[in-house]
Amino acid sequence: MIFFLTSFLISVIAAATPLLLAATGELVAEKSGVLNLGVEGMMLVGAVAGFAVAYGTGSTILAVAAAVVAGAGMALIFSFLTLTMLANQIATGLALTIFGRGFSALAGAGYVGIAGPVLPKLHIPIISDLPLIGPVLFGHDALIYLSFAILALTAWFLYRTHAGLILRAVGDSHDAAHAIGYPVINIRYLATLFGGAMSGLAGAYMSLSYSPLWAQDMTAGRGWIALALVVFAAWRPLWLLVGAYLFGGIMYLSLYIQGLGVPIPSPLVSALPYVATVVVLVIISRDVRRIRLNQPASLSKPFHATA
Amino acid sequence: MLRFEPRGYSSRFWSFGSPILALVLTVIVTGAFFALMGSPPIKAVYTFLVEPLLSYNGLSALLVKAAPLIMIGVGLSLCYRANVWNIGAEGQFTLGAIFGGGFALLFPDAPWQLAYPTMLAIGILGGMFWAGIVAFLRTQFNANEILTSLMLTYVAQLVLIYLVTGPWRDPMGFGFPQTAMFSDAETTPTIIPGTHIHLGCAAAPVLAVLVWLLLTKSVLGFQLRVVGQAPRAARFAGFSEPRLIWIALLISGGLAGLAGIFEVSGPIGQLTTSISPGYGFTAVIVAFLGRLHPIGAIFGGLLLALSYLGGDAAQIDLGLPNAVTGIFQGVLLFFLLGCDILILYRLKPRPSLQPAMSPAE
Repeated sequence: MIFFLTSFLISVIAAATPLLLAATGELVAEKSGVLNLGVEGMMLVGAVAGFAVAYGTGSTILAVAAAVVAGAGMALIFSFLTLTMLANQIATGLALTIFGRGFSALAGAGYVGIAGPVLPKLHIPIISDLPLIGPVLFGHDALIYLSFAILALTAWFLYRTHAGLILRAVGDSHDAAHAIGYPVINIRYLATLFGGAMSGLAGAYMSLSYSPLWAQDMTAGRGWIALALVVFAAWRPLWLLVGAYLFGGIMYLSLYIQGLGVPIPSPLVSALPYVATVVVLVIISRDVRRIRLNQPASLSKPFHATA
Repeated sequence: MLRFEPRGYSSRFWSFGSPILALVLTVIVTGAFFALMGSPPIKAVYTFLVEPLLSYNGLSALLVKAAPLIMIGVGLSLCYRANVWNIGAEGQFTLGAIFGGGFALLFPDAPWQLAYPTMLAIGILGGMFWAGIVAFLRTQFNANEILTSLMLTYVAQLVLIYLVTGPWRDPMGFGFPQTAMFSDAETTPTIIPGTHIHLGCAAAPVLAVLVWLLLTKSVLGFQLRVVGQAPRAARFAGFSEPRLIWIALLISGGLAGLAGIFEVSGPIGQLTTSISPGYGFTAVIVAFLGRLHPIGAIFGGLLLALSYLGGDAAQIDLGLPNAVTGIFQGVLLFFLLGCDILILYRLKPRPSLQPAMSPAE
């Protein structure tokens, strides 16, 4: 029983972490009024950059840093097009995903099927060896602890600091924020770059810890699920945690059912997380008032200081 | 310093000029990219974009690849004009293939006069069914169509894998994940002997013209354009927004479904686990490149079909992975979206401001 519970919790945490990392970044971008649909593409580029650097240098720290830079670099392309060139955010986000899939496939072509370095796991003598609590609380790699820390910092930043208030103001009414004199475009650049860096981090987790190898399209729609999670959470950071772990659980369930050998064909079980995403979106979106109340009012609207 | 200044109108010149400028910039960047990969850039660009057009086979392959892109792109143009963001055309394409293909496998011996049109119609229904789910969830529950249509694409792919590895697998297929070949009655005929150019290649431009007429000459088309451009005006005029969302999604889903059944009954001839190299996603670029205009989608479809052929040519002749296709497509859309600023804005030298002026003034 304890063995099962331990492996269950560890698997859920592993499945939830990339979702939580990417969704936290996207939440900040959306709070500033920028809808970046390129999360999937940024994650893939982060994953391949992380794997390539880990494989080339052997250093997982450098690898994680490379993934963060790669994700932010992708977000920079997006920001330049949407914020400076005023391009449609939806179309640009799609372009970013199409580009990211192609670029990562090309860059990763030489790494397919190679096992790479794995992020080291925390091990504190005695404490980490305790049954259940040890592995579940004290036996993970740094990115898992980091995902919690960044989420907490993000919540604190958005709701307890002056800078966070300005960021939310820019997302709710860019005209008003501009009239007061805040640099709307610069703030949005920073928020979007943060979103890209977090997607890169999520990608690094995929290729350095979740399944430490590179495979084409290895994120398998997690970037899109992360986008759905932001809606699920109604743009509130702590609900992101609930959503990410809920979906981590569903992903584990879908793998677990396949392992049991129940007579449900495995491709149909694999569809479970995607179907669940649709169901959850429907349940959340039914309440139009709540979405309207919480959605940043300037989300995905272009801003140009004409005057 | 330069800055963008609103024109106050939309420039017709740049509406056509922007895709051309974007293509030129994309070719330059792709060439630089080829150089980085260690190929001589001019020769590589030639291999990628010109060589496929120089042979009879190449032109035939171009039309075959363009047909699904045009069909889907036309539907998406209409959908995006109505401000409905269907990005799950890949899934609707797959469902069209599954529905129509299922019919073909079920009734292999039916007379073709009956079976062939029925198969196409069922394919269209398959695409409409998948897009209809999106419309239902959007109009009834306010669920974001971008995310639902995309999630359903993953589901469609897994359903296809289930069918061709399970119940529909060809018992004589040596265990390969594929169905039996469709019978002759349910195979899309080629229209030019000796090539692969099939009925769908002729249907695609015809459908583009029909959708163009629908958009510009009918009341429904007018309503779709108004609801996209000025939703408030549409509401005051009493247009039913849910009805228009349904129509936009059903038309684009139906066209994607038709593209799917043409593809599996024509060039492929059976259902397999990989029936599309991402036509549904590439068609998004087709729609934008064609200025969200059904006739423009024909040109967009041809260009992006060329990018698939170019990817194959680059792989064979230059030893580059054919993922360069995805890069070319992504970069092209980047430049297009960037250049489109010139439609509404003009570049002006920044006026020399008084030194102490704050941005708020």
